Amino acid sequence: MTIVGALVVGALAAVGAYLLMHRTLLRIVLGIAMLGNAVNLLIVGAGSAAGPAPILDTAGRAPGDAADPVPQALVLTAIVIGFSVVAFLLAIAYRSWTIDGNDEVEDDISDRLLDTEEPA
Amino acid sequence: MSTLLVLPIVVPLAAAAVSLMLWRRPGAQRLVGLVASTATSALAVAIVVGVDRDGTQRVTLGGWPAGVGIGLRADRLGALMLVVGSTMLLAVLVYAMGQRGADERSPWYPPTYQVLTAGVCAAFLAGDLFNLFVAIEMLLMSSYVLITLDGDDAQIRSGTTYVVLNVVESTLLLVAVSLVFAATGTLSLDLLPERLAALPDGVRLGLKLLLLISFGLKAAVFPLFSWLPDSYPAALSPVSAIFAGLLTKVGVYALIRTEVELMPGGTRTLLLVVAGATMAVGVIGAIAQDDMKRILSFHIVSQIGYMVMGLAIGGPVAITATVFYIVHHIPVKSSLFLVEGIVERSTGTSALHRVSGLASRSFPLALLFLVPALSLAGLPPFSGFVGKLAVIAAGVDAGSVALVVVALVVSLLTLVSMVKIWTGMFWGEDRRAGEPVRLDEPQAGVGVLRHHPVMAAVTTAVVVATVAISVAAGPLYRFAGRAAADLLGTT
Repeated sequence: MTIVGALVVGALAAVGAYLLMHRTLLRIVLGIAMLGNAVNLLIVGAGSAAGPAPILDTAGRAPGDAADPVPQALVLTAIVIGFSVVAFLLAIAYRSWTIDGNDEVEDDISDRLLDTEEPA
Repeated sequence: MSTLLVLPIVVPLAAAAVSLMLWRRPGAQRLVGLVASTATSALAVAIVVGVDRDGTQRVTLGGWPAGVGIGLRADRLGALMLVVGSTMLLAVLVYAMGQRGADERSPWYPPTYQVLTAGVCAAFLAGDLFNLFVAIEMLLMSSYVLITLDGDDAQIRSGTTYVVLNVVESTLLLVAVSLVFAATGTLSLDLLPERLAALPDGVRLGLKLLLLISFGLKAAVFPLFSWLPDSYPAALSPVSAIFAGLLTKVGVYALIRTEVELMPGGTRTLLLVVAGATMAVGVIGAIAQDDMKRILSFHIVSQIGYMVMGLAIGGPVAITATVFYIVHHIPVKSSLFLVEGIVERSTGTSALHRVSGLASRSFPLALLFLVPALSLAGLPPFSGFVGKLAVIAAGVDAGSVALVVVALVVSLLTLVSMVKIWTGMFWGEDRRAGEPVRLDEPQAGVGVLRHHPVMAAVTTAVVVATVAISVAAGPLYRFAGRAAADLLGTT
């Protein structure tokens, strides 16, 4: 991984982590998307250096300096999973907004306890 | 044999697809779910028999060379977990059908449940670290849907915390997986132990800590447990039964793989402290609660401590004890939640102070609670006694006196909080909870079990299974011993 790549991953992860600290669900979702992209880049970087596509020629040989196909397969899977997670979180944020009129994440420790102590 | 390994993942996934197409026809959905779950359990039994006879089975899908294609692997531990997991999923599926709660009315419940089944099976059959990640994602995604199925205020509130924390955990796991790949050039669980051992100590420790943190959050160990007691009680009873029994145990399973198989050593003290703290904090949290579901949820955390204790001590005896403990814990914990489901269904609440005298109303129900409750506390002759005895004996052998003392005290406190549920709900005068919440059940409370025959039958079956575990402790313990030997590579 080049130094630029490492810096980009670091910056994305930092922004993502910062957004995660907020109480607004929309920012948390954006933070998760950022963090996910940072990790996706990290996976690509985890492979060997860039090279020609690892496609076998007619004799069944790949180019000697071909890029490693495994991290690319991994990152495709990771992108799809990340996409669906973000979609689901947006649905939750919308649902939370229709219920409360906001999308703040509330404390729920002992809430249930308080619920049960009041007569229904 | 090799095709057999694929089927426990493919069958539930296919059933999910079919079930999704039948969304207008709940009867057909139910049938598809029942057939698929029964088939999955049968396949799991076939796999465990085959694996015990022929040793570890491997298959790489699509004719790719190993290391490139999707690799599946079943060793004794994975196969054993597969059997217990799929059987439990089948039992809870039938129970949910008998409950006819909101979950059964929603057309999205049956397909999601099948995806959850596929995810759990895939996790126990994963042959490389990335497949393990994908399997955990599969079961997490379906658990997100199941935990927010009603979409009401309480579920969305606790569901949000659950989803966000688990998504962050998955991201961390993905970081760990990609760094392991960068460091070793492989993700195969067969090749990793050797390649990881060749790494410099510092790199290996860093990778191990990343894996431990991400799996530890899934397993709800101290200090990463706080999401669990908040989110599980909000889910519907059958859903929380399966979450309580199985999902955290997938985390423990992954911890076992990491600690015993992939990167042994280096974190023993850390794990010992974590085990003690998990046990203690879980049980202390439980004592402060007034709601049966919340009490039981805190006990999940506490019980995880015992499993981590065996893991931390290490060596064949302790690992055998851990494997046995997990197998006993899954049906015990699930059956307690199933009993809670019946209580909640017939009284409309799970708050201790609003229900009492259930024992005089329905003695069989009280018995169904008592057996797994005493088992959870570790009283002889129930399965929990065998499990705790094994873990604590391993602890005494290893000389971790402090941890053994903690384990014994926690065991006593577990009994105290089970007695609290018993005196609160089952003893005393027959006092109805104010208004039964479900008004469609006018007979609520009278002859509790007779009105919920399917739920009662399933709960009884699971409770009988927990007793059977203590009766068949000998053969099961020997199997756990062989599974531990597989893991430690001493066969």
